[in-house]
This record gives sequence, C-alpha cells and structure tokens, in this order.
Amino acid sequence: MDQWTEKLDTYLDGELSASEMRAVQEHVRGCPACAADILSRVQMKRAVQAAATKRFRPSAEFRQRVRAQIEPRSGFMPVRVWAIAAALLIIVSLVLLSGRERKMARQQVFNEIADLHVSALASGNPVDVVSTDRHTVKPWFQGKLPFTFNLPELQNSQFILVGGRVTYAEQSPGAELIYQVRKHQISVFIFQERAFEPLAGEEARRQSSFNVESWSQNGLRYFVIGDASPQDIHNLTELMRQAALS
Amino acid sequence: MEVVKNREAAAAFEELAMPLFDQLYNFAHWLAQDRAEAEDLVQETYAKALRGFSSFQPGTNFRAWMYRILRNTFLTSRTGLQAATVGLDLEEAAELPARTESPEAVLIDQSQRETLQAALQEIPAHYREVLLLCEVEEMSYKEIAETLSIPIGTVMSRLSRARGALRESLKKKMMKV
Repeated sequence: MDQWTEKLDTYLDGELSASEMRAVQEHVRGCPACAADILSRVQMKRAVQAAATKRFRPSAEFRQRVRAQIEPRSGFMPVRVWAIAAALLIIVSLVLLSGRERKMARQQVFNEIADLHVSALASGNPVDVVSTDRHTVKPWFQGKLPFTFNLPELQNSQFILVGGRVTYAEQSPGAELIYQVRKHQISVFIFQERAFEPLAGEEARRQSSFNVESWSQNGLRYFVIGDASPQDIHNLTELMRQAALS
Repeated sequence: MEVVKNREAAAAFEELAMPLFDQLYNFAHWLAQDRAEAEDLVQETYAKALRGFSSFQPGTNFRAWMYRILRNTFLTSRTGLQAATVGLDLEEAAELPARTESPEAVLIDQSQRETLQAALQEIPAHYREVLLLCEVEEMSYKEIAETLSIPIGTVMSRLSRARGALRESLKKKMMKV
C-alpha cells in the first residue's frame, strides 16, 4: 500500500482537490498496479450501486397513505366545494332540528364531568399514582387505557401535578390527572373523543359552580375543571394543548 | 391567514418531499431490514419533516435534511439502537488515516448481485448507511457529513472502513460457495 492506493477511493468518488485529481490521473496512467486496482474498485462501486439501488420498493398503497398524511388539508376542487356545501346544509338542518336534544345531552356530559371531579376530591385517595413527575404519571397509564397522551412540562408555571387515576365516563375509560394551583385542585380528564358524541369536536368554556374548558385534540376529548379562576383553568388548558402538539 | 400560510407550506413540502419517496424508502429498508419497520420509519420521517418544515432553511440541502431526519428516527428505533451499539465506538476511537486494502480479485458480475446484497446486509448499519449514501444516493462527502452530522474527515475514514468491511464479508461468502 502506498500513498496512491490510499487516494484511489476518494479519487473515484471525485472528492480530491483539482490538483490531486490530476496527479492521481497522471500516476495511474503509468502504473499498471494502480490501474488494475482502480478497475476493481470501479467494479465494486458499480456493483454496490446496482445491487442496492431500488432494491426495495414501497407499495403503491403505502405511498398513498403517506401522501394522504402530508397532503394540505383543503386543496378543494370546485366540484367538491358544492358537494361540501350541500353536505353542510344537511348537517346544519340536522343540527337545528336536534339542537335542543343536543344541548341537553351536552349539559349532561358536563354534569357527569363535574360529578367525577367532585367524587375524586371527596374520596380518601383521590389519586392512584401519586407523583409530581409527569414521567412517572404518564407511563403508569400504559396498558390501563386504550390511548396515550402527553403531559406538559410544568417548570416555570404555577401548577403542580398531584397524580392521576383511571376513571370512567360514558362507559369509556379515561385518565384523570389532578393538578394543584395555589389551594385549588383542578382535574384534567382525557377520554377518547368518540365516547363524547354530543360534543362532536366542539370547544366549550363554561362557568357555573365550576369553571370548565373542553376541547378535542388528536381524537381525544379533554376537560379541565375546577373551582380555580377561569384564567387558571385557561392557563392549564393552554399547557395541555401545547403538550398534545409535541 | 395562518391557515392559508400553513396550506401553502404543506403544498411546498409535498412538492419537495414526495419525489424522494422511493429513495427514502429504499434507504429505510436497507437500514431496518424489514418492510413493516421501513414503512414506519418513512411514515414517521414524513410526519416529523412536515411538522418541522418551518425550521428548514430554504436554499439549504433538503435531501440531506430528509435523510438526516430518517436516520435519526432510525437511531431512536429499537432496531436502530441495537445496530448503533455495534462497532461504532471501536471505529471512531481515533481519526486514523484510512487504511485501504487492495480489492484483490473480488470481481463482481450480475450473477453475484445476491451475494453482494447479502454482504451489504451483514456489515454494521453505520457502514451500510455511509456506503448507501455514497454509492446509491451519490451524495458528496459534504452532503454525507451533513446527513450523518459528522466531520468530512470521518466520512472519508468511515467510507474506507465500510468498503473494507464489505470486501471482507464478500470474500468470506465467496469462499464458502
């Protein structure tokens, strides 16, 4: 092995400086050993290229799946706009018809959530996993719930994580997380959105005996409820939303 | 306004990213060595890239950026973690000058393609990826350095070792036949 051999691969990759490229070229012309060496290196390069390029091809179905996932949400074509407008019209009339019933159903949901919150606080052990560390609390739910969620980083915020428990509403399991802000306990409930059909993707903010915010994100239905101020409830809501984005 | 902007960005992303789909998939499959895992890798790469697209600097190398995301995703996957622990520490212990061996008489023809594919599967993942980026993706050393987040000197020495390892693996296979 000499100084030339060492440079041959880099030469073939075209990555030597212009003057070195010329020097190697010059040398190879007069050196049969290097010329043979180069030949076999070129063959190797070509062989790897031939053997590895397009060796594996994605299925059409998979390509479609990824494309659908990254497609801009609403590249409406004119024809589709009409179809959607028509569909909306139908939905609107349905909603108007069933508005009253829905309103009652929604109220029921919020009552149920308020009951859950109160009963958790009233119980002897409001939480089943006691920890201020989200990295302890979140894994605890693993295997207990049919979904997963993210919890926010609470440093630099006034909230403290107390712990969590599994809870049920609308015959569906969910997570209840209890946070503390000053003297107030706030419950955050997370369920699968489909268990809460009456809310149908809506966001809601209510102030009655408790302050509540509710929204839907990534197929999950969140409730933040407590007797803390609406601003506190809202701040925790924002933290949860941010965490769910990451 | 925000929505329109997002939509435009998503469209721009799709236009840049979809042409790389086949290549990225091929690369992912070589790394993961399994169809289902390769699909997961690619899907996650596209999702992450779309989410992080606002942090991509226009005018810089989009391809290297995508490959870097894919590779980092791979490294944090189960298979990737296993692969990463094999051999890397030995290799990068010192920036030794590349030790090049003469390829001897390892001549390859089409019929031996399968042997070569098997040899490629066998060498450590960090050798395989650098070889693929160089020979298949035909990236420059600079691009490879960007993709793997290593200095150009390391690209050179790693490539040289990767080629050596491939030759060794091939030689063993050919002797068995």
